[in-house]
Amino acid sequence: MSLMDTKPLLGRVEEVGGFVDLNAYEAGQGYGAARKALTSMSPEAIINLVKDSNLRGRGGAGFPTGLKWSFVPQGDAAGEGAKYLVCNADEMEPGTFKDRFLLENNPHVLIEGMIIGAYAIQAEKAYIFLRGEYHQPYRRLVEALADATTRGFLGQGIFGTDFNLDLRIHSSAGRYICGEETALLNALEGKRAQPRTKPPFPPASGAWGRPTIVNNVETFCNVPGIVRNGVEWYQGLGLTEDAGTKIYGISGRVNRPGLWELPIGTPIRELVERHAGGMREGFELKGILPGGASTDFLVEEHFDLAMDYGTIQAAGSRMGTGTMILMDNSICPVDMSRNLQHFFAQESCGFCTPCREGLPWIEALLLDIEEGRGQEGDLEVLDRNAQFIGAPGNTFCLHATGAIEPLQSALKYFREDFDEHIRTGKCPYHGRRL
Amino acid sequence: MSAAELVHVLSGEEIAEIEAEIAHLPDRESAAIDALMIVQKHRGWVSDTSLRAIARLLGMSSDALDSIATFYNLIFRQPVGRHVVMVCDSVSCYVMGADGLGKAIEEHLGIAFGGTTDDDRFTLLPIVCLGACDKAPTMMIDDELIENVTAERLGEIFGRFE
Repeated sequence: MSLMDTKPLLGRVEEVGGFVDLNAYEAGQGYGAARKALTSMSPEAIINLVKDSNLRGRGGAGFPTGLKWSFVPQGDAAGEGAKYLVCNADEMEPGTFKDRFLLENNPHVLIEGMIIGAYAIQAEKAYIFLRGEYHQPYRRLVEALADATTRGFLGQGIFGTDFNLDLRIHSSAGRYICGEETALLNALEGKRAQPRTKPPFPPASGAWGRPTIVNNVETFCNVPGIVRNGVEWYQGLGLTEDAGTKIYGISGRVNRPGLWELPIGTPIRELVERHAGGMREGFELKGILPGGASTDFLVEEHFDLAMDYGTIQAAGSRMGTGTMILMDNSICPVDMSRNLQHFFAQESCGFCTPCREGLPWIEALLLDIEEGRGQEGDLEVLDRNAQFIGAPGNTFCLHATGAIEPLQSALKYFREDFDEHIRTGKCPYHGRRL
Repeated sequence: MSAAELVHVLSGEEIAEIEAEIAHLPDRESAAIDALMIVQKHRGWVSDTSLRAIARLLGMSSDALDSIATFYNLIFRQPVGRHVVMVCDSVSCYVMGADGLGKAIEEHLGIAFGGTTDDDRFTLLPIVCLGACDKAPTMMIDDELIENVTAERLGEIFGRFE
C-alpha cells in the first residue's frame, strides 16, 4: 500500500514533500497507466472503463466523464481533420484553489491523464487552457511538458505505438466566462469569449468546428489511477455513491485553511473541524458556500451532510468545485452578497440582457441596502429578479444562473439580516468586521 | 500612418514569436489573443498603432481585433506603470479583509484603483480570485503571487519593486 493507492492525485506530492518532477513521478509508478492504455487497451475499452468507474467532472458540473468521451465520433464518422482534447485550467471560480495546487505540484499526473484521454477519443492535438495569472503553474507545466517530450511520452509514436500527441499550453488573457466550455473554445480560437449556442455540443463540434472534449484539471488527474488500479478500487475510494477521491478546500476564518485529497463524500463538519482545525477563537460558523461563489449557501442544519454530488444537490446547493468558503459571524450576509454579485456583474460577457443589465442592478440594490438606503419592497424586487434571472433558459448560458445561487439562498437563510438593514437603515455588522 | 508603414511597427522578434504561434493554428486570426499578449509582453501595453500593425499581420480588421482586445482584462489598451499591482477582491479575500486592505494599498501608493503613480512605477488594478484562497488576502505584482498580505507588510512588499 502506498499513498498513491488512497490519494492518487496528491499522494505522491505528500511522499515527495512538494513538487513532483518527472523522476519522482516515474519512481511512483508514473506514466505506467498511459503506457498500459496505449500499448494494451483499445480506445473503446478506455472509454468504457472511465464510464464504469463513475468518474464525474470535477470542474463543478459533475457530468459523467466517460459518457462525455463516448459522444466523440470515432473513425470515419469523425470526418476529415483534427480532433481536440482541451484541459480547462482556467480556474477562476472565487474560493477555488485546487487546480493551481495540482498544476504546481503534480503536473505529470495531468499530462498522463491527458495522454490517456487523447488516445481514448483519438485526438492528436491537445491544449491546456491556462489562466493568464497562473505564472508559477505555467513555469511548472513548461518544464513538465519538455521533460515528458524528451522521454517520448509526448510527440510522435508514443510508447512505440503509432499514436501521436501534440500538447500545448494556451495562456488566457482573462475573464471568468472562459470557464464556460464553449466560451473557452472561442477564446482558444482567438475570439471574444462569448458562449456558443448548444447544441451542437463540443464533442460533435468544438474547437474550429471539430470534435472536442473539454475536461477540468482534477478530472484528468483522476484518469491514470483508474487505468492503473481499475474500477473496483476507484469506487471503493468513495464513502457514498460517488466514486474516487475529491480535493476539498476550505478558506475563511478557520485555524488551518487549506486543501486535502479525501474520499469523496467526506462530511462538511469533518472537513471544517478535523481537517481545517475548526473556527478560529472568537468566530462562529454561520454559513458556507460549499463549492465556490456560484453555489447556494448551506447553514448549520446541513453541516453533517456528505460532500458529494447527490447529497449537496438534494440540500438545494451544488458540490461545485468542492472548495468551500466559510462565512463567520463577523461577516454581514448582505455585504458578502454584494461582493459576490459585484464579481458576477463584472464578469458577465455582456451578450444577453438579463445577465448584462440584471446583475449590476442587483449589485446596486444590495449596496443601497448595505449602506442604509434600502426601502420596503426591495427584498421582493431581489426575490423577483432572482427567480427571473435564475431560471434556466432565461439567459443564454449558466453564468447568471450561477450568480443567483448564492443570492437566492442568502435571501432565504439570512432574511432577518436583510430585513434588519432596511428596518433600521444601517448595517448591524458595521464596526464588527475584523 | 499608412498601411505600408505599419509593416515596420512590430519588431522582428515580435513578428517571429507571433508567426511561431500561427504555425500551429488552423488560420492566422486564431492567433489574435496570443499576438496581443506577445506585443504587450514587449511593450507593456497595446497602443492603437500596435493594434493596427498586429491586425495587418494577422490579415484581419483592426476593429475586429480591438473588440477582442477590449474584451480581455489582461490586455491593456492604455499605458501602465513599470509594475502592475493586482489586488484580489473576490469572496475569500473579502472574508479575510480585502476591502480594508484595498483602501490601505490605495493610501500607500497614493492612487485609486485604475490609476498609475506619477513616477510610472505602479499601476493598481482589482483582480478576481487568484486561486490562493487558503492564504488570503492575496495580490499579484507582475508575475509574482503574494499571499497573506497585511497593511503592515505593504512597505516591505512594494519596496522590492523599483
